[in-house]
Amino acid sequence: MDLGSINPILLVASLMVAATPIILAAIGELVVEKAGVLNLGVEGMMITGAVCGFIVAVETDSPTLGFLCAALGGAVLSLLFGLLTQYLLSNQVATGLGLTLFGLGLSALLGQSYVGLKAPATPKLDIPVLSDIPVLGPVLFSHDLMVYLALALLAGVWAVLKYSRAGLILRAVGENHDAAHALGYKVVRIRLLAIMFGGACAGLGGAYVSLIRVPQWTEGMTAGAGWIALAIVVFASWKPGRVLLGAYLFGGITVLQLNLQAAGVAIPVEYLSMSPYLITIVVLVIMSADRSRAALNAPASLGRTFHASH
Amino acid sequence: MLRLEKRPTPSRFWAAMTPVLAVLATMIAGGILFAILGKNPFEAIRIIFWDPLFHEQFAAYSRPQLLVKAGPLILIAIGLSLGFRAGIWNIGAEGQYIMGAICGAGAGLALYPSESFLIFPLMILAGALGGWAWAMIPAILKTRFGTNEILVSLMLVYVAENILASVSSGLLRNPEGRGFPGSRNLQQWDASANTEIIAGTGMHWGVAAGFIAVIFAYVLLNKHILGFQIRLTGESPRAARFAGVNPTRLILICLGLSGALAGLAGMFEVTGPAGQISIDFGSGYGFTAIIVAFLGRLHPVGILLAGLLMALTYIGGELAQLMLGLPSAAIQLFQGMLLFFLLAMDVLSNFRIRFGKTEVA
Repeated sequence: MDLGSINPILLVASLMVAATPIILAAIGELVVEKAGVLNLGVEGMMITGAVCGFIVAVETDSPTLGFLCAALGGAVLSLLFGLLTQYLLSNQVATGLGLTLFGLGLSALLGQSYVGLKAPATPKLDIPVLSDIPVLGPVLFSHDLMVYLALALLAGVWAVLKYSRAGLILRAVGENHDAAHALGYKVVRIRLLAIMFGGACAGLGGAYVSLIRVPQWTEGMTAGAGWIALAIVVFASWKPGRVLLGAYLFGGITVLQLNLQAAGVAIPVEYLSMSPYLITIVVLVIMSADRSRAALNAPASLGRTFHASH
Repeated sequence: MLRLEKRPTPSRFWAAMTPVLAVLATMIAGGILFAILGKNPFEAIRIIFWDPLFHEQFAAYSRPQLLVKAGPLILIAIGLSLGFRAGIWNIGAEGQYIMGAICGAGAGLALYPSESFLIFPLMILAGALGGWAWAMIPAILKTRFGTNEILVSLMLVYVAENILASVSSGLLRNPEGRGFPGSRNLQQWDASANTEIIAGTGMHWGVAAGFIAVIFAYVLLNKHILGFQIRLTGESPRAARFAGVNPTRLILICLGLSGALAGLAGMFEVTGPAGQISIDFGSGYGFTAIIVAFLGRLHPVGILLAGLLMALTYIGGELAQLMLGLPSAAIQLFQGMLLFFLLAMDVLSNFRIRFGKTEVA
């Protein structure tokens, strides 16, 4: 066992990379839930995004196109969920589960001839001057573009939800869809857009896993990241800032346990690999233990079907 | 202009018809999918749905497989349906299935090489308890802290998979297995073997347990006060509260029952068709059972039929892999599609579709 071999600077730097797919998927789901829709298909959309992004990136040799198509793939898949829940008024929990099962099957089918290939490398930015700063440079300023895009997206969502009229309407739809409908807002249309945004974000998150983190395609490679993103939205009590905190916490634990595995700690590998999931459960319990606060922050119409018949 | 009008009560006719329509729609969409993959769609559909039962060469092998695959699906889905009806979402059945298998196998292997006839019943008990205990984690966290049971039960699947990997190369590894991961073969040890009750039919003890669970669930839902409370809670939690239903008790019972049944399924699988605890023991039955539960309309008899149908797609899928080179993922997609079509068609049983202009109320 050699704990000295763990470099804290590299650890924090890889933490940011490990947290990025979760940030992307969680911020998308946060918007969806703010609009009052519970989409449990994040895992399915992520894995579909992962495979779409990987295929396009390998075929065109362009990671950028890969990411674009991943977002598109996630959005198209989420549209399926949107049509079912918004127009055909199906149960959101069941449909979300179905979306995950469907996405896992679809991605396995699409990706079967791409197993073992290598994704084209995504360049790191290495911002001049800034990345040369000792400690801070490698931690903050020498990642790929997606890391910064994810953070920018997070900040954007925060600003839009808090300060813009569009954000206010979105929240109104999520808090009380009947009132929003009475005010003349198109509840179904707004929700569909939110669902597609969530799908695109989840797709990007999935592509980040298959194009940058791993970078390979294997069946079921997101390994529950979508579910963890869902848990982080609850943990964050639907606040974008806390999504960042949750994602870094989770990313930190993932990276730490991988490092401990590599350092040959006396804990069996299996117990280390289950630790992120256990920690997620613990965090969920802590958050939900304070019932009054948890209930206060959840969008009031979350998961309820809207039907404008009266 | 199409318009949906809510029915006062769900239509019984459409509730029974939608699964049939969904299967037909899935066959059509699946046919298109197979055509895109470059296979003859009619041949593929025939191989998946017809040949496993009636092909003169394969049917002898695949007919018993139907019960072998349907057994665990029905057993798990029956448990899940009770919770789903009450709005309690246990989607970690896969984890409970794995833990049931580990506990059942562990209890038996601890007594190896005894030949006592008590070992198999003991293993059944341990398997059920293992699944029950694993499901009690989300149940207690839900009742005590209000934690979302969907996320917790799902996270526990990944934990269970890691425990499975750990025990199959550690605690339960076959000491005579030359260091290979995997436990002793439980099917070759007479005391633990889950044998066929009627030879050549695939009807092992797990399948029998599945049928018993169907009857038990039917009686529970239709004749017992607990079943009434489950249905009431699902339809109107508020009314249930006023009627004196204790939600905490209901959550503990529903999650506990579904966990115990999933654990049983795992235990019967590990002592029968699978034979041993190994890293790849988890086969996704716990997730497919969710589809089975919905396809069966959360009704015990429906689940029985849906379980058989889903088992048919498994076997037919394997056959299609063999004969047409259809990828195994295609059948997974096929099953996902089935759930989607079903959920989409549900609108017919809850709403009336009206043509014409919207009236201004």
